[in-house]
Amino acid sequence: MLQVEDLTVRFPGPRGGGLVGAVDAVAGVGLSLARGQVLTVLGPSGCGKSTLLRAIAGLEHVDAGRILLAGADLAGVPTHRRGCALMFQDGQLFDHRSVAANVGYALRLRRRPRREVAARVEELLDLVGLTGYGDRAPATLSGGERQRVALARALATEPRLLLLDEPLSALDRSLRESLAADLRQILVAAGTTAVWVTHDHEEAFTVADRLAVMQDGRVVQEGTPAEVWRHPADARTALFLGYASVLEGSAAARIHHVLGSPDPAVRRPVALRRSALRLDAAGPLAGTVVAVRASPEVIRLRVRVDGLGEVDAVAGREHPAIPGDEVGLAVDPDRLAVLPSGAAPSHLTAPTP
Amino acid sequence: MTRTSRRPGTTTASVVGVVAAGVPLAVLAVFFVLPVGGMLARGFVDDGTFDPGGVLQVLTRPRVHRVLAFTVLSAGSATVLAVLLGVPAAYVLSRLRFPGVRLLRAVVVVPFVLPTVVVGVAFRQLFAASGPLGGLGLDGTPVAIVLALVFFNIAVVVRTVGAQWDGLDPRREEAAAALGARPAQVWWTVTLPALRPAIVSAASVVFLFCATAFGVVLTLGGLRYATVETEIYLLTTTFLDLQAAAALSLLQILAVVALLLLAHRARATEVALARVDRPRRRPRPRDAWAFVVLGLVLALVVAPVATLVARSLRTADGWGFDHYRALAAGPTEGGSNALRVPVTTAVENSLRIAVDATVVAVVLGLLVVLVTTRPRPAGRRAARWARALDGIFMLPLGVSAVTLGFGFLVTLDRPPLDLRSSGMLVPIAQAMVALPLVVRVLSPVLGSIDDRQRQAAATLGAGPLRVLRDVDLALVWRPLLAAAGFAFAVSLGEFGATSFLSRADRPTLPVVIFQLISRPGVDNAAMATAAAVVLGALIVTVMALVELMPRRGRIA
Repeated sequence: MLQVEDLTVRFPGPRGGGLVGAVDAVAGVGLSLARGQVLTVLGPSGCGKSTLLRAIAGLEHVDAGRILLAGADLAGVPTHRRGCALMFQDGQLFDHRSVAANVGYALRLRRRPRREVAARVEELLDLVGLTGYGDRAPATLSGGERQRVALARALATEPRLLLLDEPLSALDRSLRESLAADLRQILVAAGTTAVWVTHDHEEAFTVADRLAVMQDGRVVQEGTPAEVWRHPADARTALFLGYASVLEGSAAARIHHVLGSPDPAVRRPVALRRSALRLDAAGPLAGTVVAVRASPEVIRLRVRVDGLGEVDAVAGREHPAIPGDEVGLAVDPDRLAVLPSGAAPSHLTAPTP
Repeated sequence: MTRTSRRPGTTTASVVGVVAAGVPLAVLAVFFVLPVGGMLARGFVDDGTFDPGGVLQVLTRPRVHRVLAFTVLSAGSATVLAVLLGVPAAYVLSRLRFPGVRLLRAVVVVPFVLPTVVVGVAFRQLFAASGPLGGLGLDGTPVAIVLALVFFNIAVVVRTVGAQWDGLDPRREEAAAALGARPAQVWWTVTLPALRPAIVSAASVVFLFCATAFGVVLTLGGLRYATVETEIYLLTTTFLDLQAAAALSLLQILAVVALLLLAHRARATEVALARVDRPRRRPRPRDAWAFVVLGLVLALVVAPVATLVARSLRTADGWGFDHYRALAAGPTEGGSNALRVPVTTAVENSLRIAVDATVVAVVLGLLVVLVTTRPRPAGRRAARWARALDGIFMLPLGVSAVTLGFGFLVTLDRPPLDLRSSGMLVPIAQAMVALPLVVRVLSPVLGSIDDRQRQAAATLGAGPLRVLRDVDLALVWRPLLAAAGFAFAVSLGEFGATSFLSRADRPTLPVVIFQLISRPGVDNAAMATAAAVVLGALIVTVMALVELMPRRGRIA
């Protein structure tokens, strides 16, 4: 359905004009997406993911490469003829129109009869869970409601491709989680093909059929969420996906050994989640507790382990530990990922959240 | 993410842009640059030879020095006074909540739309020996002129500073207070710095208006107290000394351009405010002094207007509408009055001309603003062009309307542009005067539209024209009405250029008023007050209609 080939978008340098200091915001990106699927583009802010989205919408000048939608090259097709509805981070509702007029905007553009528009608007408001909101002014809505209206407005165009630019980033955490699941359901129900840009990996895993990780203007990894999660392409990606630390060299070898690898030469880097090591008196690793922090479900520890350095670990609530305790640790193989060799530049740790 | 876009298909967009900018530019070239340039050229060319020395000679005349000094002094003191009175008034009117505040806010703004001739007549009545403040002996003194200038411009300060104050987040002041700042310290360290851009901007506009004021100074100062603007008029019409007039015009243009550039730089440092809607608070005892200042402002605003109205209704034997009847009756057989047409005809002329001028000014202004506010990547050549264009259309602000009017006479009088007999001459001249105002009203509104609104509409399937209609025009609708109202009021009251251009048989109302006060006779003076009331009422009505216009697009 959507095919992006070797796409490059170059921003002029800060002095304007010329190529001096020009930056490739999107550098040689290739992507493809099948009809009815949701592709999430995940990356830190400034990685070029929004620019990619805007280029697909026809809002950025493309310096190289092609964008094909349903097999047709979009080069030279102006935004309003592309059939790609774009949903902004802050909705960009038309505050001078009612909710119903916002949702029905695209239909009015197509000169659909008033009655049909009204019916469709009602249907869409039902779909996004805002039945009866038609006469409200956008300014009176909460952030979550505004985004629902923005989605309804975008869906009203029956877009060939729906583009969502960090649609939930402006909302608070709990709302973001529930709304992400809601939006996913709405998209699936409507059979919409969508590209969803976000910097939040949990949101990405909630909504994605396919996941593309972007860094510095490039797609560094692409696959199903499970694949990406299981096999991050490199240490940076692993850390961005929520792994707490990446071990390499002898530290990685130590983990491989604990996991039963017979070959001591295996030194591929290992990405650990915070819960990859578990307090276990019988565990194969030994260390000293450095810090303890209670969370609602588990007790989180920082443990200094010989040969690994300081790492995260968890303990059940029934295992109280205090700093200075000598403890044993077991490794949970489901909570770590083995990275391709040579992928880690050096010992890396995710910033403590 | 807030970066503006470079879209595919920009070539067609820029062609449209060039056309949209080209029309107003062409009009400006023909109806502003040409006449003003022609007028200036006349000063520099003596007997067919280029003689810049003569112009410089003019600047050494003692009378010119007196005129310059008086212009700067009167405008400067009026500006200081307007700011000193206006800032406390803005505080009360935009920060506090008490019964009648809305009415007071409207009253304070009225003077700004009153025509200069009306204000001149009103202040003459106020300070005349027979007037209520005749005892002060201020008639014909510079004090009367300065007070009249303050009367006019206090609205500018109250509006500009008040709007800024309205948008200030009071929590910032509360934070300072919580950190231990006394009220005075809060004012000096938090409030004033936040207001400074608005105060500077208002003061520079006020100074500009005061320094180029024409009608007020001419009616109150006559020959004795001339500013550069009235001196240009006197030199042109009375002494036929075009060289001196051109020299002063040039000086004025240079001074004004310098001032506009300074004001522009002041605006550029303006910090974006997080606009918040906070309820206004009730007055506290320590606000009393601000109310005292507001009282002074109201007295200054109400006294001349009340005097004017009272004078227009006072007859030889009590009160009545005699003067209005005399106005409507028109010229009398061999009579003493200075009327050439009945006032109803003058009103009709004024209204017709104002409609034409408003249409021209609004259409041109809208085109200009649509071009200059189009978002584009900063630092690009296009952005510099847009800024330059924006500045160019401010020029009429700084050019003496008298110069413009006289320039029309001397340059548009031969083929291919023989417009002397055309009915459009006066409306076009007035439109040039109103154009900067239209641009200033519309520019911030269109400039503040988030470009992503347009992008959202485009991704929903709206073509460029449709985006223009549904986003730009939909949001600018009300300001557009306000701009039209302003342009209409300016046109109704315009006197400087009109005094040269209006035909003897088709005078506008301000021209009639000036004719009445320039002739001797108590009857003429009284009829002038009546005509001034009519003109003032007309303009206030127009502005009130605009103000009361229902907000389109506001939803329950």
